[in-house]
Amino acid sequence: MTDFITLSGVTKTYAGITALDDVGFSIAAGEAVCLAGENGSGKSTLIKILAGVEQPDLADIRFNGARQDALTPRASAEAGVMVIFQDFSLFPNLTVAENIAFSAELGAHRRLYNRSRSRAIASAALQRVGVALDLDTRVETLSVAHKQLIAICRALASDARLIIMDEPTTALTDREVRGLLGIIRRLKADGVAVLFVSHKLAEVLEVCEKVVVLRNGAKVAEGPATDFDAVSLTRHMTGRDVAETPPDPLAPGAPVLLQVRGLGKPGAFNDISFDLHAGEVLGISGLLGSGRTALAKALFGLVAPETGSIILAGKAIPLGNPLAAVHAGIGYMPEDRLTEGLFLMQSIARNVGIGRVDAHGGAGLLNLSALWGEAATWLDRLRVKSPSIEAPVRALSGGNQQRVVLARWLAQQPRVLVLNGPSVGVDVGSKAEIHGIIRDLSQQGLGVVVISDDLPELLATCHRLLVMKDGRVTEDILPQSTDETDLAHRLAS
Amino acid sequence: MKMDFARNEVLVALVIVAFCALAAASDARFLSIATLTDLLRSGIVLSIFAVGAMLVLISGGIDVSFTAVAAFTMYVTAMLLNAVMPWMPWWGAIAIGMAIGASLGAVNAILIAGFGLPTLIVTLGTLSVFRGFMLTFVGQKQITTLPPGMRDFGRMMMLRGTNADGSFYSLHVAFLFTVAAVVVTWAILYRTMLGRMIFAIGGSVESARRIGIDVRATQAFVYVYVGALAGLAGVIHASMARVANPFDLVGLELSVIAAVVLGGARLAGGYGTLTGTLLGVALIVLVRNSLIVIGIPNTWQSVTIGVLILLGTGLPAWQAKRAAARAA
Repeated sequence: MTDFITLSGVTKTYAGITALDDVGFSIAAGEAVCLAGENGSGKSTLIKILAGVEQPDLADIRFNGARQDALTPRASAEAGVMVIFQDFSLFPNLTVAENIAFSAELGAHRRLYNRSRSRAIASAALQRVGVALDLDTRVETLSVAHKQLIAICRALASDARLIIMDEPTTALTDREVRGLLGIIRRLKADGVAVLFVSHKLAEVLEVCEKVVVLRNGAKVAEGPATDFDAVSLTRHMTGRDVAETPPDPLAPGAPVLLQVRGLGKPGAFNDISFDLHAGEVLGISGLLGSGRTALAKALFGLVAPETGSIILAGKAIPLGNPLAAVHAGIGYMPEDRLTEGLFLMQSIARNVGIGRVDAHGGAGLLNLSALWGEAATWLDRLRVKSPSIEAPVRALSGGNQQRVVLARWLAQQPRVLVLNGPSVGVDVGSKAEIHGIIRDLSQQGLGVVVISDDLPELLATCHRLLVMKDGRVTEDILPQSTDETDLAHRLAS
Repeated sequence: MKMDFARNEVLVALVIVAFCALAAASDARFLSIATLTDLLRSGIVLSIFAVGAMLVLISGGIDVSFTAVAAFTMYVTAMLLNAVMPWMPWWGAIAIGMAIGASLGAVNAILIAGFGLPTLIVTLGTLSVFRGFMLTFVGQKQITTLPPGMRDFGRMMMLRGTNADGSFYSLHVAFLFTVAAVVVTWAILYRTMLGRMIFAIGGSVESARRIGIDVRATQAFVYVYVGALAGLAGVIHASMARVANPFDLVGLELSVIAAVVLGGARLAGGYGTLTGTLLGVALIVLVRNSLIVIGIPNTWQSVTIGVLILLGTGLPAWQAKRAAARAA
């Protein structure tokens, strides 16, 4: 196999800070490579350089052996390097066909638009990945996995030779990840190279030939994918061992904190009953469509169940009323913190303080110093890393954003926390720290419900696990009695 | 095709049919060629405005300055032709009007596409500037003696006739310009890549930039094109009214945008159809002209239009919200 792209000595500094230091590797046609690294390791800078958006200070970049002096977005695209960003960069208002064909048509410098030509381009691309989708559906109505597929097809329609995928699995469920892997295999057989860029790579390892690990802008490991597993990847990425151990056993005789009885909502979930003890971490898992997200929202009143009851410390909580849930002492961390959990443009301190405005309201005037003081204390306790608590929250990394959401709830001293996907889009090091925080909280007597499809996460944090299928709890498992493969099997069966 | 009641076009069409049925029931004379030509006549200028406003909404912006562009254009064109080019035929007057409109649109384009300023703020600003400039430096007096070219154009009818009851009806040639504006805009939107780029930047500016669409050039085209349309509408308005009144037209912009939004265009950008827009205009024209026929006093006009906007845009939004809640 010939190398499609060869990088050597890629160096880039921003205002004196080294983002990339003498990084080099190569990708052959039809090869899949994992580029692993935590946030801030230089992955994004490298993508931008390959896409021609950023110019390196020093680099030798070759396409098929030909040296590229200054890589522009156009030169990069013409060579067939296509980046699929995390948000896919699609047009929600346009159809599947148009989204797929748009770049190809632009590349061909068309002036006139021809609907049937667009459709032909789109169906050819869909055929290459072996998926059937209605060409006339508007993209806004599609699932995340389908949107990703369209982004891949768009790259293919523009004659992609190397598809770079930024965090491709973050928003996908296990089953969708498997679908993606199938497509990647087809692309490889077709001679298309793939570069996965992610901090959550264990799941794509099986389709990759090679792994490159970046840490603090430097390449710290490179080798055949078979030499790596989740543990060694984590070690290279963080530079330390992040060992995940199961939680300490629950103290015997812990009082029941939350009782859920016969909770049901037609079409979402049915007859859900469980107890949550003080100090207990309860995991809820299930495939997409199993009702786990609706149940999580129902516990916090965001979805109104039609039957059943939720009783916290002996008192029934009105269903379908998030305010009542907050007053009763339930906190909820949503799965998508960017749109549901945070005020992105507002400062970190305000994001934490918003939950406590009532408590510091006094005689109609806000006691600002107390409010900010309290926020600062919690941010400090959760070790949120930021230059200033006045900085907008969107400037933080995923892990730190998640901690800001947690800090907001902890400032309200809840009794039960519902965490929906606590480490989605968070890098490995922060993930272990968030698990540590969950452990500390439960030891202080909080009841924690963790909803997740990240099986190692569930095994590392939970005292008990509920598996949901078709809206019902089908299994109640003790983590000690299972392992990852067994659990994956039970989820899928 | 299946009837989709969540679509604005269908809703608006149903309301129009209901309105006409009511009107016909209370006054049999309503269903006549005279009413139709009256409505078409009132819709000529509004439709041209609405097509432009729709294009801007699709591109993800909003333009409130087009009425000022139109007023400026008709006044300056009339004055210019009277002063230096009285020999200019009617088509020359229209061409000059469109050129003046396009250059005013270019001012918007420079501020929006060139400097990247927010569209509402820019066009609110230029609305005042264009109008103020005209009233302060050009003139405030009505021009009652239009130049010969515009006067000729004002008398050109494509259809003329007498009703059974002896009343006259007529349809102005300018109606053809409205048709042309619709056809040309349709062709741009649905048959050129430029049109698809306008939809694309309305859907997501960031995505458009990433796949290599020249966002600024596309925006610039939109504002210049809309300026030219507004100029055309201005000259037509003055010619048909047989007077260039500098205080005319301004104030109409919100009704026009309302008509477009009624027709299904979204303020957030990326959505809008010509059918919907024309139906929206038709409904607003009906309400403005014929409310009295179904027994509602004309003083209720703006209330009725307001209620229609609330219902017409609120109903689909509410349905979408309910569908989303059920899916959760």
